[in-house]
This record gives sequence, structure tokens and C-alpha cells, in this order.
Amino acid sequence: MLEVSGISKSFGGFRAVSNVSLTVATRQIAAVIGPNGAGKSTLFNLITGHLRPDSGTVRLDGRDITGAPPYRICRMGIGRSFQRTNIFPQLTVFENLQAAFLVHHRRGRNFWTRADTLYRDDTAALLASVGLTGYERTVAGTLSYGNQKQLELGLALASGPAVLLLDEPTAGMSATETHETIGLLERIAAERALTLLFTEHDMDVVFSIAQKIAVLHQGQIIAEGRPAEVRGDPEVRRVYLGQGLAHAQ
Amino acid sequence: MTAEATATVLPRAAAAATALRRRAVFSRIPWTLIIFLLMATVPWVGSRYDTFLAAQITIDALFAVSLNLLLGTTGLISFGHVAYFGVGAYVCGILMKTYGVAFYLAFPAAGLGAALFALIAGYFCVRLIKLYFAMLTLAFSQIVWAIAYKWNDVTGGDQGLPEIPYPHLDWMSAIPGCGDLSIGARFYLLTLLLVAVSLAIVHRVVRSPFGRVLTTIRDNPERAAFLGINVRLYQLAAFVVAGGLAGLAGALYGIFSRGVFADYVFWSKSAEIVIMTILGGTGYFWGPPVGAAALVWLNQVITDYTQYWSFVLGAILLALLFGFPGGIVGGLDLLWQRLKRLRNA
Repeated sequence: MLEVSGISKSFGGFRAVSNVSLTVATRQIAAVIGPNGAGKSTLFNLITGHLRPDSGTVRLDGRDITGAPPYRICRMGIGRSFQRTNIFPQLTVFENLQAAFLVHHRRGRNFWTRADTLYRDDTAALLASVGLTGYERTVAGTLSYGNQKQLELGLALASGPAVLLLDEPTAGMSATETHETIGLLERIAAERALTLLFTEHDMDVVFSIAQKIAVLHQGQIIAEGRPAEVRGDPEVRRVYLGQGLAHAQ
Repeated sequence: MTAEATATVLPRAAAAATALRRRAVFSRIPWTLIIFLLMATVPWVGSRYDTFLAAQITIDALFAVSLNLLLGTTGLISFGHVAYFGVGAYVCGILMKTYGVAFYLAFPAAGLGAALFALIAGYFCVRLIKLYFAMLTLAFSQIVWAIAYKWNDVTGGDQGLPEIPYPHLDWMSAIPGCGDLSIGARFYLLTLLLVAVSLAIVHRVVRSPFGRVLTTIRDNPERAAFLGINVRLYQLAAFVVAGGLAGLAGALYGIFSRGVFADYVFWSKSAEIVIMTILGGTGYFWGPPVGAAALVWLNQVITDYTQYWSFVLGAILLALLFGFPGGIVGGLDLLWQRLKRLRNA
């Protein structure tokens, strides 16, 4: 279970995230939505240790992880993907995921074994799971955008996280790619019993898979609950007027 | 499949198989061993001056490879790598000359001393990123230079430490053919052997899980951190290993050039080694040694014709950066790939 309570962050005089509390239950699929600049990415960065909150706490299964560095938070079982695709562009697809396994199994201090020979089966299985079989030897930076997103998901999964944070997993994708990605996410979340928290612009995506939705507006949560409740909320309707929520029904 | 299709597919498959076999044969040739053996024949087939150049190339190769562990593998730009080279040279030189310590102890001590200094400097450097990191490495190297220049009692100050003794190499007389070699030639052979062993170890390390982690940091430190990597710690480890290796190169260089002087640690030497590494190609393990050989050789050839060595070097570097951003080895690799495609087409 992921619990964010009363978290705030200001940049200069600007309150990017203001007293936000959010709980995601184990194995729940939750979405944070809101207009551009609402503070979604800042909230994610606060949870994953990329930013240190001014106040408030983040707990993972009751354990306080507030302000721990990203690499620690990752080891504690939170995986994440980034809004801008974030892979290792000069390594091959295989090397990308293999590196993630090496790190997860704490092999980084091994100075002598040939890295090529380790975790080959795990890597191949994960590549198949995110739909990248056949791309093993492709240099990651030359992959199509959609494939890079798949690879990034693979990187996030390699550390075997309990909670996965995805920042706009379908941003910039075509309708077909979006559809495939959602299918992939649902399948993987079910297979791995993941707790999923994601941000998304596409309301179709949000309402098709989220079990819980929190609406962020100007750094504050203005509504939270099951999709049907959020959809009917007058404040949400006001903020999102003409932004596709009506269409999503 | 029709008979016609079979007729066209079969020769193509056969050609592909031949190409594969040829490639396999090519890559199975122990190139590094051949080059090592060729280098080892220099004292017999070449002049004294050739041996001098070969020694210079060998030492610079190790120095450049140590820098490339930062530049090409970890993605850290150091403008002060000469500091660790210098610390190694002084540690080895002082131990051998002032305290009469045997080379076989002074040499590893030089590596350890340089690594220790890299640990201290690196502790501060890895807290900064990119250009700030580079500037701090430069600052530390200028500190080393200032100490070397001013601490007369230990470093000899601006007089330096001349006449560092050669190691005991009498045992080489027992090797057939080595009996007539001068002490300089013998020291070159020892240098070649020590550098070869060091390079073999580095080669292994960059292919280890540790090396793979370093490449993820080079490619994307933010993502690397969120795989669970303590980025600064690994950067520091790379810095220490690179510093230690540079120290070994420095120890050899002090003996090779019969003295250690403050000039060795001046920042322009750092720039030279960065140029060497980029010239050869930072993306390849053998790039820096090739760059070292090219630079030492070019220096000789060009200074025979003109005194504007720096001008020519600048022009070559400019052409290379625009024409072959992968350096000499990158350019050769590109050429090789094109030839292969032509042959397979």
C-alpha cells in the first residue's frame, strides 16, 4: 500500500503540490489526472525521491520513505517510467534489460564475470513479456517511440517492483499503440499483482482501466474516488469543461 | 519452393555462409596477441629511437585507456587526469630514488597512491555534474601541480627528481636473445608486459557487470538511479580505478624519461591525453591506444616538416570531429561495415 499524506512542494513562490494526500491500496490501479501544470509529475517526483517534499510523508507498506534517494526507493519496491522516454540509448535492447537485472540482483560490484553471460533467460522472458522479442540486438536509441516505451516498461519491471508509477504511459502514441499499451499494462499488472499509479491525458485510457481516480488541479486534489463518482463531480466538470471528459462517457 | 527460387536462394545462402565464415575467421585471429608480439620485436628490428617511441606509445596507451574508463565508459569528462599520472610518477620516483625501494614494490605503491588520491578528489568531484565536474578535476590537478612545483624537500620543486634508477632487470639476461639488450630496451619490454597485463584486466572489467553499470550511467544517469544504482558511488569507483591505472602509467613514465618533473602534471598534459582518446575513439576499447600511437607518430612526422605541430594537430582534430565523430577506430569500423554490406549485396 502506498500512502501519501499532506505532501507539499514549492518552487520559489509557486506551490506546485499543496497538501496532497493519496492512498493506493495493494493491487489497485489508480490514476492521477489533471490539466497541464496541475502538479502530476511533481507529485511523482516527490514519491520517487527525485524531489524532496517541503512537508508531508510518503509511506510504502507502512514504512516511511520520505526523502530517500531514488536508488533506495527503487530498491524498496517502487518502479517508475518517465514522461519523456528514459532508456539507455547506446546499449542494445537486450543490454538495457540485462543491466536492470544485474542491478536488481546486486551484481554491480562484480568486476570479473562477463556480464553477457548473466540473467539471459530472465532478460529473454521479460523481453517477451513486454513484446520486444526479436529486437534483442537493436540499439535502443534507434527503436520506434512505441517500442522505446515498451522497453522502458521492461526496465521498470526488471527490479520486480510491488508498486509501479507510470507517467503518461501512452503520451505521443497513435490510437492503435495506445490500445496495445493499455492491454499490455492490464495483463502485466494482473500477472505480477502490481499496484499501479499512473498519470494520463487520455480520458478513454483512464476510465477504461483505473479503479480509482484522483483529480489534481493547481497542486491540490479536488476530487478522489471511483471513476463514476469522479465523473459526476461538478468541480471536476468545471475544471475539465471541454477537455474530453464528457466525451469519455 | 520452385526450382528457380531455389536456384537463386542457394547461391545467396552460400555466399552469406562464406561471409559469416570469413568473418568468424577474421574475428578469431588473436589481433591483440599479434600486435603485442610485434611491439615486443621493436628492440631487435628497430633503432634505439624506435624503441623510445614504442615505449612512449605503450605508456600513453595505458594512460589513455584509464581516461577512457571515465570518458567513454562512465561518461565523465575529466580535464585533470594528469594529476593521478603525476601522483603515480612521484610516488614511484620518490620511493625508488629517495628510499631505495625496489621497483616491484614501488610500482604497485604508485597505483595505490594515485587511487587513494583519486578517492579523495573524486569524493568531491562526483558531487558535481558535467562541466562543473570537469572544472573541479582541473582544479585538483592544478593543486597537484602547485605542490609538485613548490614542495622542494619531497618533489624537488622546479628542479624535479632527476636520475630515477632503472629497476633491476639483470634477470632478463637469462632469456635467450635478451642478453645484448640495453637497459632502456629491457625496461621497454617490462613496460610492454605490465601495460599488456593492465589492459587485459581493464578489458575484462569493462565487460563485467560493474562495467555494464558504468555504461548505463554514461547513457542516462537519472534512469540508472531508478534501476537502484547509487550513481555517485559507481562514478567514484570508476574514478578511483581510472586514477590508479593512470598512476601505474605515471610510474612507468617517470622511469622511462629518467626523471619526474612538475611539468608532467601541468594541465596541458591532461588536454593532450583527452585529444589522444578522442582521436582514437572513445566508443571503442582499442580507440585510446590507437589514438596514442597515432599522436606520438604524427608528432614525429609532422615536427620533421614544420614547427607548427599544434596547428596541424588542431586541423586534424577538427577534420576528425566533423568527419568521423567515432575517432580513428570509429572511422575504420564504419568503413568495415560498408565493405561488408557491399560484399553481401
